[in-house]
Amino acid sequence: METKIGKKIFSGIAIGKIQFYKKSENVIARTKISDVDEEINRYEDAKKTAIEQLNDLYEKAVVEVGEANADIFSVHAMMLEDDDYNESVHNIISTQQVNAEYAAAKTGDNFAEIFSNMNDDYFKARAIDIKDITNRVISILCGNTQDNEIGDDPVILVADDLTPSETVQMDKSKLLAFVTKYGSANSHTAILARTMGIPALIGVDIDEEWNGKIGVVDGYEGQFVVDPDITVLEQFFKRKAADDEQKKLLQNLKGKENITKSGRKINLFANIGNPGDLVSVMENDAGGIGLFRSEFLYLESDHYPTEEEQFQAYKKVVETMGGRKVIIRTLDIGADKQVDYFKLDKEENPALGYRAIRICLTRPEIFKTQLRALFRASAYGNLAIMYPMIISVDEVVKIKEISKQVKDELTKEGIKIGNVEEGIMIETPAAALMSDELAKHVDFFSIGTNDLTQYTLAIDRQNAKLDCFYDAHHPALLRAIKMIIENAHKAGIWAGICGELGADTSLTQSFIDMGIDELSVSPGCILTVRKAIREAE
Amino acid sequence: MKTFEYTITDPVGIHARPAGELAKEAKKYEDTITVTKGDKSAEAKRLMSLLGLCVVKGDTVTVSVEGANEASTVVAIEKFFKENL
Repeated sequence: METKIGKKIFSGIAIGKIQFYKKSENVIARTKISDVDEEINRYEDAKKTAIEQLNDLYEKAVVEVGEANADIFSVHAMMLEDDDYNESVHNIISTQQVNAEYAAAKTGDNFAEIFSNMNDDYFKARAIDIKDITNRVISILCGNTQDNEIGDDPVILVADDLTPSETVQMDKSKLLAFVTKYGSANSHTAILARTMGIPALIGVDIDEEWNGKIGVVDGYEGQFVVDPDITVLEQFFKRKAADDEQKKLLQNLKGKENITKSGRKINLFANIGNPGDLVSVMENDAGGIGLFRSEFLYLESDHYPTEEEQFQAYKKVVETMGGRKVIIRTLDIGADKQVDYFKLDKEENPALGYRAIRICLTRPEIFKTQLRALFRASAYGNLAIMYPMIISVDEVVKIKEISKQVKDELTKEGIKIGNVEEGIMIETPAAALMSDELAKHVDFFSIGTNDLTQYTLAIDRQNAKLDCFYDAHHPALLRAIKMIIENAHKAGIWAGICGELGADTSLTQSFIDMGIDELSVSPGCILTVRKAIREAE
Repeated sequence: MKTFEYTITDPVGIHARPAGELAKEAKKYEDTITVTKGDKSAEAKRLMSLLGLCVVKGDTVTVSVEGANEASTVVAIEKFFKENL
């Protein structure tokens, strides 16, 4: 049994036989020819055939992946009609008196090189298209037909890379998943996998020896397992069954509103910890991001992330989400996390220690850097900021002073900022008890039930001995949540839940009765919660 | 010769599809249509050259039309830019 890792393109689990796809190589020899006109005609005939093939592929692709993604084939056809390309082939044939295959190959290489050297990523990627059309013409000239036959059983297709033409020509009913060595998240293979809804991985160290063996594609963990042991295989079958169940739910609930039977609409958002989870957010039809944990920027680094680094990350997230709200929580780090460069002292009680907003308020340079990056990114989408671990109105007043400074600075520098809601997490008993006062100073509350429960019940979640005392539905907690929501509404602001309790469907009706405005849960739970909302009064 | 300037609004710039459409459109006219960005020029009828200009969102290009029907052609081409780029 081998396990390889790769970058996940589309999640899901596929179990089946592996087929190793090998591109048929065009062996191109440079040979002298005597009749230039005849050779040029050979090229023109092959070119005509290629264009016919591309038009057929376009028709096929429109049906399978839609017009926008099928476009690539009409672009290929246009490239083959291009005067510069054709003049180059004709010239090489007539001046060097060589075969059409060589002339086409040289032309293809030259154009591909020009594009590869461009600065812009989009244009750089066009080099692949030029190689694709050139290969097509050469294959026709050589009389090579690519063997795309898959066989009777559906397979997991493993290859170095797959061009659009290759993937479109395959019999979709026989494809379980794609695993490739090369490719990118925006390559045609990725687009096809997402459109078809099949798991795909890229960047996998593939091996030709795998052909015919059993493979498992784990699109959630980004793993590819070859020849799994029986116990491993059984686990995967179980996960696949659960996955299929969830997918069926997806089909029924995607696109539907989060509306109760009495007509109340609740915002249903997602909690994520890094940009890679955005795929999941979209797949699960979240209305926005209710908690974007910004710690990944600090944890994945050995130095304080710069304003520019942070800005690029936040910008990407808000842009990807289109106009949907993205609530970004400012850094929530403490002595319990590994961030050496912060130089945090070891603590007896890190949960009660120097963390989160406390670090930000005593090290304003770090705070201002993050705020600058956030306000700058706000111009590119719908961004809101959330401050964690609040215990007093004093803190909020100080925070708002600093954030106003940042906004004024940016405006003076002529940098555009968007309309940014600023809210706080209610996750301490102090904040819960003072929520009536706090509500007057902020735009929203988001209840962090995990920590609120821990602090309110004075129980360490990691201590299994205390399980018999722990009650996730403890009346103290539910009272607190009710009070927080009421106080929010009294001040005219909205209240949501971003802790785990938000996904507890046995409480959905209670939360709705309390007047909750928003629930933010992990992406995989969204549709289950939607179902609960729709079934609630 | 008739010219106009145009600032690209399409997020991907003069990418493959509109370049192909522009080339197709340009081929309908006898006149010579040239797109210039900075010091690089390309004939609008030549797809590869157009792509080679690497025109992205925000770039301002100068489009010039030269020929017997330049007056009407330039109007059609400017309309094309406004609708597609």
